[in-house]
Parts: sequence; C-alpha cells; structure tokens
Amino acid sequence: MKLHEYQSKSIFALHGIPVPPGRVVTAPGEARRVAEDLGAPVAVKAQVLVGGRGKAGGIQLAGTPDEAEKVAAALLKAEVKGLPVHHVLVEAAADIRQEMYLGIAVDRNLRRVTVMASTEGGVEIEQVARDNPQAIKRAVIDPSLGLGSDQALTLARGIGLADDLYAAFSDIVRGLHEAFLACDGLLAEINPLVVTGAGDLVALDGKVVLDDNALFRHPALAQMRGAGEETPAERRAREAGLSYVYLGGDIGCMVNGAGLAMATIDTISFFGGAPANFLDVGGGARAERVEQALRLILGERGIRVVLINIFGGITRCDEVARGIVAALRTLEPSVPMVVRLVGTNEKQGRAILDASGQRLIVADTLVEAAQKAVSVMQGDGVANGDFG
Amino acid sequence: MAILVDRNTRLLVQGITGHEGEFHCRQMVAYGTQIVAGVTPGKGGQCVCAGQVPVFDTVEDAVTATGANASIVYVPAPSAPDAILEAADAGIPLIVCVTEGIPIHDMIRVCARLAREGVRLIGPNCPGVLSPGQANVGIIPGRVGMPGLVGVVSRSGTLTYEVIHALTRRGIGQSTCVGIGGDPVIGTTFVEVLEMFERDPLTEGVVLIGEIGGGDEERAAQFIAERMTKPVTAFVAGRAAPPDKRMGHAGAIIEGGSGGAAEKVAAFEAVGVQVAAHPGQIPDLIV
Repeated sequence: MKLHEYQSKSIFALHGIPVPPGRVVTAPGEARRVAEDLGAPVAVKAQVLVGGRGKAGGIQLAGTPDEAEKVAAALLKAEVKGLPVHHVLVEAAADIRQEMYLGIAVDRNLRRVTVMASTEGGVEIEQVARDNPQAIKRAVIDPSLGLGSDQALTLARGIGLADDLYAAFSDIVRGLHEAFLACDGLLAEINPLVVTGAGDLVALDGKVVLDDNALFRHPALAQMRGAGEETPAERRAREAGLSYVYLGGDIGCMVNGAGLAMATIDTISFFGGAPANFLDVGGGARAERVEQALRLILGERGIRVVLINIFGGITRCDEVARGIVAALRTLEPSVPMVVRLVGTNEKQGRAILDASGQRLIVADTLVEAAQKAVSVMQGDGVANGDFG
Repeated sequence: MAILVDRNTRLLVQGITGHEGEFHCRQMVAYGTQIVAGVTPGKGGQCVCAGQVPVFDTVEDAVTATGANASIVYVPAPSAPDAILEAADAGIPLIVCVTEGIPIHDMIRVCARLAREGVRLIGPNCPGVLSPGQANVGIIPGRVGMPGLVGVVSRSGTLTYEVIHALTRRGIGQSTCVGIGGDPVIGTTFVEVLEMFERDPLTEGVVLIGEIGGGDEERAAQFIAERMTKPVTAFVAGRAAPPDKRMGHAGAIIEGGSGGAAEKVAAFEAVGVQVAAHPGQIPDLIV
C-alpha cells in the first residue's frame, strides 16, 4: 500500500525527521488560510500516487495567499497523470541549496534492508542507478545488529556531504530506518532531501510503501488507504479477497493461483488475444467467491469472452463448477465462456457443467482454452461444436 | 534418489489441528509420507489423522519422542515466523513453510537466523516439496506427479501443478518437485535448488518455472552457465504483466523498470537455456 506525501511526512515527523511546516487541505479557501498562517511563499502540491508529479504540473509555487487559493482551486479540479486530485499539501517553500536522495528498501537478493544515498536528488533513483550507478552509496543492515552509526557516517562521507552536516544527516538516516521498521515498510524515500540556504537538512518530499501483509498489526496505517490508489474494481476485488489487476483487453480471465493466472494471460497473448485482467480467485475457491469473481470480470467494459482456468488441488473442481453455474444463472452473461477444469474432482465438475444446460465451451488444456477463447471472438469458435 | 525429502523423511506437522493442517496431513499420509508427529500448543496428548499421528505441545517434545527430521508449517501468518524458529531451535534441519502473507520484515529476521544456523527453509508462501513415489511434503496434489528423472523448481503453486501434470501426461517423470515460494524474501532460492539437482545422481535435467519480480532467475542463469552440467528448460510467467502492479504473489512485481520477464528470458537464452513461450511448450523442449 502506497502512502501519500503528506501521510509519509507525518510518519517521518514522528521519527524526528525535519519536514517543512504545512497542512493538507481539500478546499481552496483552506489553502489560503494555510498560506496566511505560514507566510507566503508556499508550495501547493497535488497529493497523487504517481511519480513525476512535478513535471506534470502537480506542484506549483504561490507568492501570496491569494495565489495559493487560486493554484489550489486549479489543482483540485485537475488531473495529474490521469489521477484526480482530492488533497493538496500546502507548505512553506524551501530555499534549496542542494538536493540529495535518501531511501531505504528491502533488497530481495540480499534478504536485507538497505539504505541508499545519493547526491543526485530530485530525479528518480532508478534513473540514477541506470545512468550513474557510482553516485549511489549503499549500507546493508544486519537484522540482528540494526543500523550502525558508522554506517550513517560512511554514507554521509560517501556522497561527499560537508562535515558540518554529518550529525544532522545521521539523525535523519536513523529516523528513516526507525520509521521504516516501525511501520513495516517496503520502501521509504526522501527525494529530495535538501540542504537549505540556512544550512539545514529538510525532507522536501516523502514516499512510503507499506507491506500489505503486515497491515494486520498497524490498524491506524491501514486506514490511510484512500481513494485513488485503486480503481473501483480493484477495491471490490480486494474486499472480496481476490487478487485482481485490470489489463484493458477483451478476454476476461478467472484463474486459481497467481502463477497460473499469469501463465494464462501469457498464453492468451501468445495466441494473439488480449487479456482483460489478471484474476486469482484463490485456493479452495468456494462457489460464492467464483460468483464474485465473475461479476467483477463481467462488470468491466469491453469483455467479449471469459476464460476460466482452474487447476484443482485444494480447490475442488465440483465446487468451482457449482459456483460457475450459480453465477451464470444470476448474471446471465451475453458473452461466450470457455471453461477448463482439471485436477481434484474434475469429472464431477464437468458433469455439473454438462447438466446445467448452460452454453459453455469446454477445453482440456490451457493451450486449448486460450486458442478457443481467441478464436471464438474471431467468429469461428462456435463452429467447433464444443458447447457443453 | 531425490532431493530434500524421500522415504526416510520423518515429518512433523506444525499447526496440525488447524483446518489446513489436518486436511493436508490426511492427504500426505494417504500419499505414503511418513508423518511421525504433529504440534499444536495446548493440544499435546491428542492423536489426529485417524489416531495415527500423536500431537505434542512443542516441537522439542515431538523431536525427542519421535526423531522427526523435517517439519511442515501450516501455522497462520502472524505466528508462522515463531513456529519456524521453534522448529530450528529444536534441531530440525529442514523446514517447509506453506503459510502465505507473512510480513517481509519477519522473514528477513527469520532467514538471517536460519542461515547462521545452517537450517534449510523452503518457502514461505510455497506449495512444498514432492518426491514422487516417496514423500509429499506440502499441498501439491500428489497424483499429478510420477517418479522419474526430471527435477522441477518453481516460484508458483498451481502453475507448478500444471507443469508437473503436463510432464506426467507426456510420460516424463520427476525426481523431486520443489516450490520455493512467491514471496520477495524466501528461505531457498533457485540457485540453491539447482545446486542440489546438479549433485543428485538420479536427476538428469531440470525444469525451472520463474516469474516476474526480483533477480532470482538472472542469478539462476548465471549459475547454470558457470556450474550446471545438466540441461535446464525454463518458463517465465508474466510476459504480459504491466509494470508496478503486484500480480498476486507478493514478490511478482516489476519495480523501477527491473524484474520484467523479457530480461529474465534473455538471461536464460544467453546461457543456452531453452525458454518456453507458454507452459504447454515445456515438455516439447525437454531433450
């Protein structure tokens, strides 16, 4: 789960990281009041979960409270990279002398938390990693020892920071590491971390990604999930316990298991089809879940055929077949359905489909299912006479 | 022969009285796996699985009484890290964790501990290990496999069954099938399993099923180039996956422009590994 800048900064502040004074608002009039309180100039920043917000016009400077109100009004009506703006953060404009990058993430390959620092702030760190990897200094943290103060100093020296900033920088590294562990983060980034004209270090932007698997122990953080991170369909899927990603094509997919779901969309693409979605209906899928999944798929625009691919292990094919039949009776879809059921209780599952009187195109293998789904749209699938 | 588990495996089931644990315990026993004990704190003294498997309160008690030498963990995510560590503390050398949804920071701590102590962890978020005809440790439907000479290693669950099934249908048997898990931080990686298959005298070739996210496939390709003498056939799931979207598995995500399928396929092809375009092609590519 991604947090907005203002949410990330509130976590940073709790762990002693200096952030510019400011407040998040939802109305232009409030933006004016914040600007009055802070004293102009201010930065008005659209809170959207997308990179490259500044370049897309999502961050504006305002010299007066009047201007802050005007800019906020415009941003709150605008879209930034296709995303609606529900909140803007109004904060004191910083006097920037130098921009740096400080981030902390899990290095999957090392199975360790890694702190990264670079003097090339304000640009995406992935870009720096590609163009100038030497500019990024890293400190790998031993989970049993934690972050050593020597590691923070080595980073400061490594990026060529002025000596008089070592102490402040170390405090920020320590705070960021503490925040990262405290909220079960996957990523915490300050980009840019700036040196101001007065020689202070300030976190000018913030980005935190939380581990969804750990939200059970962070109820307050779990509530920070706002509109805008997910499409309505993705939200319904999450609430139903389904793993769903919209892909935009016309072949709806329902599969059990994430790897098999990916392989199914790969196979459809290989045979020239355009998958509409990734959907993992989960292990042991019960009839009710199957129905929710089908409802979700059929609710997207432009679906012309649905492919159901189930490999029964814990999941029983008869249970899934009952779910499919129940869902079809309720939803009465107008598009053809290709069904492939294999594994635990597959014979019973097939018998249930056959007896249902529903028009289904049955397939034995994944390849056959994908080919049938693709060809049925080209108009020659019906000729196969494979209706069950 | 096989790797990791065989007919000498004396298996302990952690979380045996839970819904999942009990169900899969019956399946594993029916397959012929030697299950010697179960553990659920507070339920010691019971017997489950038609009275065949004694339950203990702690792993230590179970190991002392039964000589268990491997453990399978079905404990729910909030307690699974402690269950793994408890098994390690009791001297179990091989732990397989099926549990999905364990926080990544818990796994970082657990993996660091186990690595120091030389304990082998498979998973978490994995379907387990099947050595056809010998032992089934996990949730892989045993009847999809058949004994043979091809090793299978995969980050996935049902996709692994799909591939084993496709192999079996074509008469290609398996020495051992290992699901290493779909999380970003896992106990055992492709490289370590490839190394075991390379050493196993009765494994003649390997099928590797990777997916988007991380760099484990790229390191496997490097290992294959430098150290493997046996042929490897690969499939990488997620060629059609968009960037920055988690595809179900916590670890299946293309982030910051890396971890995409194209790079992984290229890494394999560069070292002479045949890569299937879809799972149905895998049996055709095995020589």
